[in-house]
Amino acid sequence: MIAFRDLKKTYQMGDETVAALAGVSLSFPRGSYLAITGPSGSGKSTLMNILGGLDRPTSGQYLFEDEDVSHLDDDGLAHFRNQRIGFVFQSFQLLPRYSALQNVELPMVYAGIEVKERRERAAEMLAKVGLADRRHHRPTQMSGGQQQRVAIARSLANNPDLLLADEPTGALDSSTGKDVMALFEQLNSEGLTVILVTHDANVAARARRRVGFRDGLIVSDEGAKS
Amino acid sequence: MKSKDLIRFAASAIAAHPMRSALTSLGVVIGVAAVVMMTSIGLGAQQRVMSAISGLGSNLIIVSPAASRSGFAAQAAGSDISITGADAEAIAKQVEGVAAVAPTVRGQAQLAAEGTNWNSRIEGVTPDYLVARDLTIGQGRMFDDREARQGRTVAVIGTTVARELFGEADPLGKRIRVGSSPFQVVGVLTSKGQSGFGQDQDDIVLGPLPAVRSRVVGRRVKGDTVQTIYIKAASEDDLSRVQEDATTLLRERHRIREGEDDDFQAQNMASILQASQAATATFTILLAAVAAVSLVVGGVGIMNIMLVAVTERTREIGLRMAVGAKRSDILIQFALESVALSLAGGILGLLIGIGGALLIAKLGSWPMAIPSWAAPLSLGFSMAVGLVFGAYPSWQASRLDPIEALRRE
Ligand SMILES: Nc1ncnc2c1ncn2[C@@H]1O[C@H](COP(=O)(O)OP(=O)(O)OP(=O)(O)O)[C@@H](O)[C@H]1O
Ligand SMILES: [Mg+2]
Repeated sequence: MIAFRDLKKTYQMGDETVAALAGVSLSFPRGSYLAITGPSGSGKSTLMNILGGLDRPTSGQYLFEDEDVSHLDDDGLAHFRNQRIGFVFQSFQLLPRYSALQNVELPMVYAGIEVKERRERAAEMLAKVGLADRRHHRPTQMSGGQQQRVAIARSLANNPDLLLADEPTGALDSSTGKDVMALFEQLNSEGLTVILVTHDANVAARARRRVGFRDGLIVSDEGAKS
Repeated sequence: MKSKDLIRFAASAIAAHPMRSALTSLGVVIGVAAVVMMTSIGLGAQQRVMSAISGLGSNLIIVSPAASRSGFAAQAAGSDISITGADAEAIAKQVEGVAAVAPTVRGQAQLAAEGTNWNSRIEGVTPDYLVARDLTIGQGRMFDDREARQGRTVAVIGTTVARELFGEADPLGKRIRVGSSPFQVVGVLTSKGQSGFGQDQDDIVLGPLPAVRSRVVGRRVKGDTVQTIYIKAASEDDLSRVQEDATTLLRERHRIREGEDDDFQAQNMASILQASQAATATFTILLAAVAAVSLVVGGVGIMNIMLVAVTERTREIGLRMAVGAKRSDILIQFALESVALSLAGGILGLLIGIGGALLIAKLGSWPMAIPSWAAPLSLGFSMAVGLVFGAYPSWQASRLDPIEALRRE
């Protein structure tokens, strides 16, 4: 079970206080598939960053299984990101100097896994996303869809408990986007908890649970029981 | 994470910009090379001076005409040479704690024997010369005082002269012509090899002072004058007192009034050694200053490029953090990069410095003396430079906010 309660995130902009998150609460069991939608600036990415341990809430509580993530220090959060979270970004965020294989290896390097083992596992993950033959390609030698699949393979490297994808198809054309979405659905069907942020109503419609954001608040929550 | 992975990350980042990395290290390369080369040359020079000084014999005081008047022109004129054989005798008689006093004249002469020619140094000496200069006879004997007084033309030769004139044959009893005068060889010196000044100490002929003065160097050394008086003190403790007493005695004999400068110059090994050590100390301080400046310049170059690298790779840093890098992992990765750049510069600089020193030693027939601390010190220093000047950029990298870093273009 993952749960957060009354999460707030505020930014001080001169005299003004901007509330990116104005107090949101939600809980969902393992294996959930959530789609978050909402207008630009409504706080979706802010929530994703907090859930992924990249950011801390100004107030509120975040429980991951039995762990209170809101109280972890920097190193604790690094470990949490490394072990529990898989991140997929809109802009892929691959290291241009590294091959696909090396990019996928990266989280395992920080987990302290031996070279041989992590090579094998990275190759396995690349095969899983259909890029077994692109192992030694650099990001610049791959299409956007391929790059995003490398990023997904990377997010799976340390066998995370939660996959966070912030507009993963935002930089892709619709047919490549569909392939990527199909991949997420497959991963979810294998038991992985997935949260994705999307502007695409069709994409959101396929998720089992759809959460709507506006002005830093959750304004709708559909399909929770299904 | 594992340290070998950190090293791998640092190495791959350096290898990604080979030209830039090379230029970044250049400051350290030049700094270290300059320091290694200069210390090697300095040490070589020092060793040369030391061996030259110790080659003169131990507990030795060298009395020569005052420096201002001992130029070649003055010597050639023969007028200004101020020390005499009588001075030497007086010192031997009146100064206590003296082991040997050896008045000496010298010149360069063409030698000839059995149809072979050789040009060599000839010194007119007394038998005490051997004691004063720590020389020994290898073969035959030294001429004695009686032979010297009688003006006998006998000679003791160095091994180089023996070899050049007689080859493998026994030189004892043979006649050699020194300039135009015949001398008979009565002894051969034990070989001393090269002096610290690069001079072949075995390329010498020793003859009795009166004979050498009148027959070989006569035109240049008038009357009883000599060019050098070597005084050997009985022990090291006597050295400075003997020098003082001899100086006082010579001033009296030369009728030099109080306040007037000596017309001779008395130096002992200790004072020469001190002077050379003072020079070395100055050189060392100068060197340290040059080293410090060049390493700081090199370090600033590294810091500059590391700051650029952190800015350029902000997104990479954000991504690394997002997939689980701790702040310390980032800090160490960048610090390693900086140290590796600096250390590579240090290693290259060391090699260039050693190469340069070897080259100079070869060209200048200078003794090769790379100080044993050159390698550990230059590598240690270049590592320290990398660490110190890489610290701030690395710290900056590690303090980045991952979200902002990922957003950076
Ligand atoms: N570092 C920051 N400083 C100040 N305000 C911020 C900061 N980060 C986010 N915000 C503000 O918080 C609000 C929510 O931003 P967030 O990125 O979460 O929106 P979003 O829902 O992801 O929008 P989009 O769909 O455009 O990605 C915005 O109004 C934004 O301006
Ligand atoms: Mg967003």
